Amino acid sequence: MPAARLSRRAVAAGIGLLPGGLAGGAGAQAPPPLIAGAADLQFALGEIAARFRAEAGQEVRLSFGSSGNIARQIEQGSPVELFLSADEAFVLRLAAGGHTRDAGALYAIGRIVLFVPPGSPIRAEDGLDGLRAALEAGRIRRFAIANPEHAPYGRAAEQALRAAGLWERLQPHLVLGENVAQATQFAIAGGSQGGIAAYSLVLAPTMRGRGAFRLLPDALHEPLRQRMALTRRAGPVAERFYTYMQEPAARAIMHRYGFVLPGE
Amino acid sequence: MDWIAFRLSVALALWTLALLLPLAVWLGRVLAYRRFPGRGFVEAAVALPLVLPPTVVGFYLLTAFGAPSPLGRAWERLFGHGLAFSFEGLLLASVIVNLPFAVQPVQNAFAAVPPRVREAGAVSGMPPWRVLLAVELPLAWPGIATAAVLTFAHTLGEFGVVLMVGGAIPGETQTIAIAIYDRVQAFDERGAGIMSAALLAVSVAALGLANTLSRRVGRRTRDA
Repeated sequence: MPAARLSRRAVAAGIGLLPGGLAGGAGAQAPPPLIAGAADLQFALGEIAARFRAEAGQEVRLSFGSSGNIARQIEQGSPVELFLSADEAFVLRLAAGGHTRDAGALYAIGRIVLFVPPGSPIRAEDGLDGLRAALEAGRIRRFAIANPEHAPYGRAAEQALRAAGLWERLQPHLVLGENVAQATQFAIAGGSQGGIAAYSLVLAPTMRGRGAFRLLPDALHEPLRQRMALTRRAGPVAERFYTYMQEPAARAIMHRYGFVLPGE
Repeated sequence: MDWIAFRLSVALALWTLALLLPLAVWLGRVLAYRRFPGRGFVEAAVALPLVLPPTVVGFYLLTAFGAPSPLGRAWERLFGHGLAFSFEGLLLASVIVNLPFAVQPVQNAFAAVPPRVREAGAVSGMPPWRVLLAVELPLAWPGIATAAVLTFAHTLGEFGVVLMVGGAIPGETQTIAIAIYDRVQAFDERGAGIMSAALLAVSVAALGLANTLSRRVGRRTRDA
């Protein structure tokens, strides 16, 4: 690690442009730990991190993406110290490969919604029946979901649409987001008539007034069991954050963003 | 406006210039003046990043840099952290993808120096390094300036390769182009709009500078 810090300091000294925290301007301490979260966490985890900074007096860096991509990056040597996946399979795979300390802990169960932008032919309050009606009326051109191949919310969306018997008919209309946040962005951007989004994202304050949504029954898909684990690189601050995630303050924020919490 | 990402992008662009420009001046000059077997192959290799999709370049670099690769393992042993998803890895990727933007203008500029002028220098007893400094570089200067500006602007805008090998780590690999992408995904169109406008302004300024610079230098060399 000293060599890493030295090289970063060299980067900063050479140009004098890099931010002090990462450049090791302070010299002695390591850069704040990198915490990688699934895209459905980008608002909830931002709030939790802000509280953590205020209460623990420790800085953390956040990065968001699809769980599959983050898991692959950890296998490739990314400096992530704590990984909060939207799907426990990715964490368990990393644990089996020796990339995390252990199998970690379940921290939330995610829910999916049908999201509909203003002016869409889909009646949000009818849920997937509303989607079916609009589809039969030939009024769906584009419908956004996350990529089922590597985004857990995409897989849940596929399962729900299959359960409702809509998957085959929706095929020519699907647009795939790289992760659930991008799928949600596609759904609100106006180019599509709706999409399957994360409950935690549509509950965010910035989403107010951007459209309507309907929570989909969790019986339609396998539960989005979200698991987190510390990686082999984790230091004390990441460990503290991991514990913090399971304490009442963080749980209250997660609850407000629509997550079902373990033990509830 | 995400100043951390902006500063990171500028730092990446300046570092890329610092490493790439000397290499480009050397390689561009060799390609312009020397005839050697495999010259066509080297020229094609330099041009490859222009035609390959950034995801292809990114995929190969990720495979070459990743923790399981020999380079990734050696780097980890030397510096205690991986090469992929680090600033250094990003810099190395940036140098590679910018090769054509740096080498080709330099090569064209050296090739445009009239052979008579170079020969005159050599005939009057100048050693090769003085011919380079006193004759070739002043004449090839506009091409080198163009190479620098193109490399700088292209690094600020590079997206696909950074997405593949960077991992969007704030302050380390989350460049301005990636930050814009992330702002859009966070439904923050205002933030994305401000950063996009800033990037647009910097790019226009860079191209304006390149044009002014090459015109002025061109005039001076003609007068001399």
